[in-house]
Amino acid sequence: MTQQPYLSVRNLSKHFKPAAFSRGAVVKALQDISFDIPRGQVVGLVGESGSGKTTIGRSVLRLIEPTSGQVMLDGVDVTTLSGAQLRHQRRKMQYIFQDPFASLSPRMTIGQVLTEGLDIQGIGTRAERRARAEKALMAVELPVDAFDRYAHEFSGGQRQRIGIARALTLEPDFIVADEPVSALDVSIQAQVINLLRDLQTRLGLTMLFISHDLAVVEYICDTVIVLYLGRIMEMAPAADLYARPSHPYTRALLSAIPSPDSATRPQRQILTGDIPSPANPPSGCVFRTRCPFAIEACAGDVPALREVAPGHLRACIRDDIL
Amino acid sequence: MTDAATAPIERTKGPTRRSIERFFGNRAAMVGLAIFLPILVAIITYDWWWGSGPNEIDLRALNKGPSPEHWLGSDGVGRDVMARLLQGGRVSLIVAVVSVAISTVIGFLVGSFASFGGRVVDASLMRLVDLAMTLPPVIFLLVLASIAGTGITPTILVISLLSWPTLSRMVRARLLELRERDFVVAARGMGAGVPHLLFKHGLPNCIDILVVYATLQVANAILLEAGLSFLGLGIAPPEASWGNMLNLARSTVVLEQYPWQWMFPGAALVLTVLAINFIGDGLRDAFDPRSALN
Ligand SMILES: Nc1ncnc2c1ncn2[C@@H]1O[C@H](COP(=O)(O)OP(=O)(O)OP(=O)(O)O)[C@@H](O)[C@H]1O
Ligand code: SF4
Ligand SMILES: [Mg+2]
Repeated sequence: MTQQPYLSVRNLSKHFKPAAFSRGAVVKALQDISFDIPRGQVVGLVGESGSGKTTIGRSVLRLIEPTSGQVMLDGVDVTTLSGAQLRHQRRKMQYIFQDPFASLSPRMTIGQVLTEGLDIQGIGTRAERRARAEKALMAVELPVDAFDRYAHEFSGGQRQRIGIARALTLEPDFIVADEPVSALDVSIQAQVINLLRDLQTRLGLTMLFISHDLAVVEYICDTVIVLYLGRIMEMAPAADLYARPSHPYTRALLSAIPSPDSATRPQRQILTGDIPSPANPPSGCVFRTRCPFAIEACAGDVPALREVAPGHLRACIRDDIL
Repeated sequence: MTDAATAPIERTKGPTRRSIERFFGNRAAMVGLAIFLPILVAIITYDWWWGSGPNEIDLRALNKGPSPEHWLGSDGVGRDVMARLLQGGRVSLIVAVVSVAISTVIGFLVGSFASFGGRVVDASLMRLVDLAMTLPPVIFLLVLASIAGTGITPTILVISLLSWPTLSRMVRARLLELRERDFVVAARGMGAGVPHLLFKHGLPNCIDILVVYATLQVANAILLEAGLSFLGLGIAPPEASWGNMLNLARSTVVLEQYPWQWMFPGAALVLTVLAINFIGDGLRDAFDPRSALN
């Protein structure tokens, strides 16, 4: 029996149109994104700022409307749902936000924050909602007396735990964690990552874990996707990607990570130049303006994602390098 | 240093608490309150402690100046000015408060529809607001008032129709910004529909705009009512209002010889409007996050 993946994204594109009456080009934030996440696994999504990570995460959860493409979650096409069906589907999929300050309403107590989803979904009685919210608080190792306090009384790390607890209250199967630690103090990043990993294993969550930092992703993910300018550059099992990066962009990213065993890392290779504007991406391979291996043919067709090893895909036309 | 989950949680003041404290620390606002509250209490309770009613006629006192019996004197038909002043205040305030309540609700709803209703609804509503704002207010008011007629209800209607556009713009701007905030996106992600977003997030986060606007607008509405009644378009006699009491001063005889008949309502009007404006400014400063710095 072949198990179907829990999440399956096909040919997802998102183009942001400029606001009415204003000049400006269409921003092609995502182009033709396809990937799967098997049930209970964590897929990491890595890329520089502006590469479209948040746009993928939010399109998958229908928090923004994708321009085209299909998102199958547990066998249901999320992109075609509406009304009550979509609301019901939202119990299965939740989002953890990057900014622990913006993600909690300053005018709600933590209790209100944690029961909001249950209220919206009409789940349980008042007492049951409270019990479920308290359970979520305990799951993120916060004291239950946080219930009647306001978000501003908590530190960034504590707020992020509250944000995680909120995502858990609806008991979802799938979570998008959008850079859940990058806004936190370095000293507490590890705690929150550990918490997320424990929760993921204990609850058997399927997860899309977004980060701009390959080092963070290595620790928690089964598979890693490298994104550049709205396109997938490379996708591989985590261990494989770190051991044998096969795309010039991944290599450049990896070489930027300071590591104690520098012998096993490729030589430090600094990316020159800026990321081109997604309003006007380069033809062919979008990475070619910064790629040290670019040749004339790279400006031609968009390189297809090809399998270079079992489960290891990359979008580069040059097989003679790396 | 550690962010241990069990670390004690420090109790600090919330934004609302800080705003309230700032408000009570504002001297002008406190002066405003000190003037306005006694006026308000007197207006509300006067029939329990003041002997004569607003339309009682004392034939022994026609156009008499202040006396122990009629503290503020009496008018041309022997009515007690004090009683009419207090009753007039009641009418003026009721008209102002009700019309502001109506225009606040209209303003909030229009702003909400504009920000949550999609591009077409937004564009059409905002053009309507533009239109309403370009109409010269005095002419608009006079035309409306002559259509609606005199009396309390028509006056309320006229005033409330005039003042919602500014508010709806402010509400729209605030809600458009709010819609992109992460905690609102989170609520959407949990399945929240427009009513939930509007009343659980929109309203609480617009409360500062609404309170400040409503307060300042009450002062404005009192003036509008006075202006309309002065012109004979608002509250018609024998019902008392500050505006139609001032209307008496259009007669030169009253203006020159019986100053108590118009001076007291005039003073009450000016004091009340000033006091409410002080309070409104105090509220605005108290809610303004920039003033948190001092
Ligand atoms: N609402 C929007 N309207 C127009 N353009 C947008 C909008 N949201 C995102 N974009 C553009 O889409 C591109 C991808 O943005 P996105 O937020 O997905 O990037 P990201 O990888 O999450 O970046 P970061 O690391 O900064 O969070 C960017 O060029 C951004 O400017
Ligand atoms: S296709 Fe060309 S430009 Fe793109 S990564 Fe490969 S070598 Fe570099
Ligand atoms: Mg992002």
